[in-house]
Amino acid sequence: MTKKTGFKDTISQIFVGNTVPIMFIVLIIFAIPLSGFSSGYLIQEMVTRVGRDSFLVLSLLLPIMAGMGLNFGMVLGAMSGQIGIILGTNWGVTGVGGLFLTMALATPLAALLGWMAGIVLNRAKGREMVTSLMLGYFMNGVYQLVVLYFMGKIISIKNPVLVLSRGYGIRNAVDLKGIRQSLDKLIPLKIGDISVPLATFIFIALLCLFIWWFGRTKLGHDMRAVGQDMGVAEDAGIKVEHTRIIAVILSTILACYGQIIYLQNIGTLNTYNGADQTAVFAAAALLIGGASVVKASIPNVFIGVILFHMMFVVSPMAGKTLMGSAMIGEYFRVFISYGVIALALALYVWKHLKERERARRSLRGAQEP
Amino acid sequence: MNRIRGFVEKAGWARIIIGMLLLSLFIAAPSVGVRVDQSITDVIARFGMNGIMVLGMIPMVQTGCGLNFGLPLGIIAGLLGATISIELGLTGIAGFAGAIGLAAPFALLFGWAYGKLLNRVKGGEMMIATYVGFSSVSFMCMMWMLLPYRSPKMIWAYGGSGLRTTVSLEGFWIHILDNFLAIRIGGNFLFPTGMILFFVFMAWIMWAFFHTKTGTAMTAVGSNPDYARAAGINIDKMRSISVIMSTVYGTLGILVYQQSFGFIQLYNAPFFMALPAVAAILIGGASVNKANIMNVVIGTILFQGLLTMTPSVINAAIHSDLSEVVRIIVSDGMIVYALTRVTRKSR
Repeated sequence: MTKKTGFKDTISQIFVGNTVPIMFIVLIIFAIPLSGFSSGYLIQEMVTRVGRDSFLVLSLLLPIMAGMGLNFGMVLGAMSGQIGIILGTNWGVTGVGGLFLTMALATPLAALLGWMAGIVLNRAKGREMVTSLMLGYFMNGVYQLVVLYFMGKIISIKNPVLVLSRGYGIRNAVDLKGIRQSLDKLIPLKIGDISVPLATFIFIALLCLFIWWFGRTKLGHDMRAVGQDMGVAEDAGIKVEHTRIIAVILSTILACYGQIIYLQNIGTLNTYNGADQTAVFAAAALLIGGASVVKASIPNVFIGVILFHMMFVVSPMAGKTLMGSAMIGEYFRVFISYGVIALALALYVWKHLKERERARRSLRGAQEP
Repeated sequence: MNRIRGFVEKAGWARIIIGMLLLSLFIAAPSVGVRVDQSITDVIARFGMNGIMVLGMIPMVQTGCGLNFGLPLGIIAGLLGATISIELGLTGIAGFAGAIGLAAPFALLFGWAYGKLLNRVKGGEMMIATYVGFSSVSFMCMMWMLLPYRSPKMIWAYGGSGLRTTVSLEGFWIHILDNFLAIRIGGNFLFPTGMILFFVFMAWIMWAFFHTKTGTAMTAVGSNPDYARAAGINIDKMRSISVIMSTVYGTLGILVYQQSFGFIQLYNAPFFMALPAVAAILIGGASVNKANIMNVVIGTILFQGLLTMTPSVINAAIHSDLSEVVRIIVSDGMIVYALTRVTRKSR
């Protein structure tokens, strides 16, 4: 009998603990037939999109480990990646070598911005997420100033593919002929009709290994201790602020690589829109995968990317079938991305407060007799 | 020397730098061919347009709910009121009053629900408010297409259903407050008396409210929750009232904004409307947990002044349009600065 209730408990625990992913699975099960896409098409889309986006989502894991919540400041990394791509394209780099050169170019910038973001977030303990979000918006302004006004004027950019006809500023959309899908197609692999970007997957697997290994190093343990309780970690002799800065720097650099991988898959640089949205989509994907702002694992990333992008692919067509307008589906997926972040954040804070309340009550109960 | 130092301390460096910048822009204006009287008119108009939304920041800051990044919720209530008023064909004063009357129930309802939510997530208000704002704006994007509006002035001319992205108020209640007792001097100077009077009235209500018993209780909740609880104040209720007030001010604020701007902006327009309001009150010297009406007045003049003057002067001087970039850097930079500053003080 006890065994039976135990089983029941586990089932209900799985449901309660994974409200968001389960909601999404149900939603998608309804939406797929409505969209009318073939399974072959959907599988190909998912394989492509997992290759394209997982790296970006993985970059969110380390700051969560350090107790800083979702690092919306990862857009700083995405921007460094884009600046690296602009510089690389200016010099006419090609192929996978060019891609790695781009990454190398962007790394110092990403590290510098990450270091700066880490310092800012250390001054805003307890409200890291909203600060990192605002920092992202702020740096987006600085990025636009640099790319739209300084490049070609102060920073020498000569390539006419990049520069606007007025002589300075980068074009709105830049064709990345040289590096387009250079990593995806490095090791060509076809399973049936589905082409698999094997080299990209290997790259992502290496990152997963790195994160797994990192969690087991001294620094990884320190980071988790800081995430649990900053005061206790400080007393234990861990340099709290230093550790948090490292988490943000690593996250920013990884986001920078993630954005470069993303862009080599897309093949076009959307210079002024897009970078500021990466964090929203990455955060939504991670939360849809069942992560919370204090706990996220590698499986959360992949489940999240698949579920989120499945919804992304099917909702415009489903909207068209259901409401007669693809725009409705477009708006719906934007609504879902924002809504799921709001929901996950609210559920987390609510649960946290309730637990604290319960702890306080049990303390009071113990004192009274 | 001490007096100067005292002044700097009181005003804060950020405010002084922005004030100096604004002053130098006004001094530089004539030399690049920008008319000063025209500029002053623009600054006053934009102050009136945005002032009430900035006022709406005060109640939530005072009760410790933080900056109201959820302002889009109030704006949506205002948009609903405005569009329904046009749908009913109300014009002139009746149209504007109708829009306020029709928006009010939505504002109260949204504010009440939003307050309930924020009471359950104490400590995480600002982040959740931001995303509640974003998700409600994108939810309304769907609704603007689906709600059964019929007025040919508002729906797309071709599809025959769904609202346009911008709806003109021409012939309804455009400039209804601006033109009330407006003072015109020469061809370039216009003082929108009605709109400024409305702002003064709303500011007075806010001031008076914070001097009632409920108002002082609200301030107590924000400045010292433990003391407030000990004094028998219902904290959740005070916070709810403040959220409803903030939302209602957001609603009225957007209606005033629209009548001066001349258009109702739907769909994605409300997304980032909270940020200028937040930035304005912070530039005025407010912090995440303290704000007053003086902060609103000074902040809105400085911030909107900067937004008005930078494009006209800089464009005339170097012939390129920096206004958008300047807006982003100043407003979001100010918000980041404020978010980092407070913790340092409280530590």
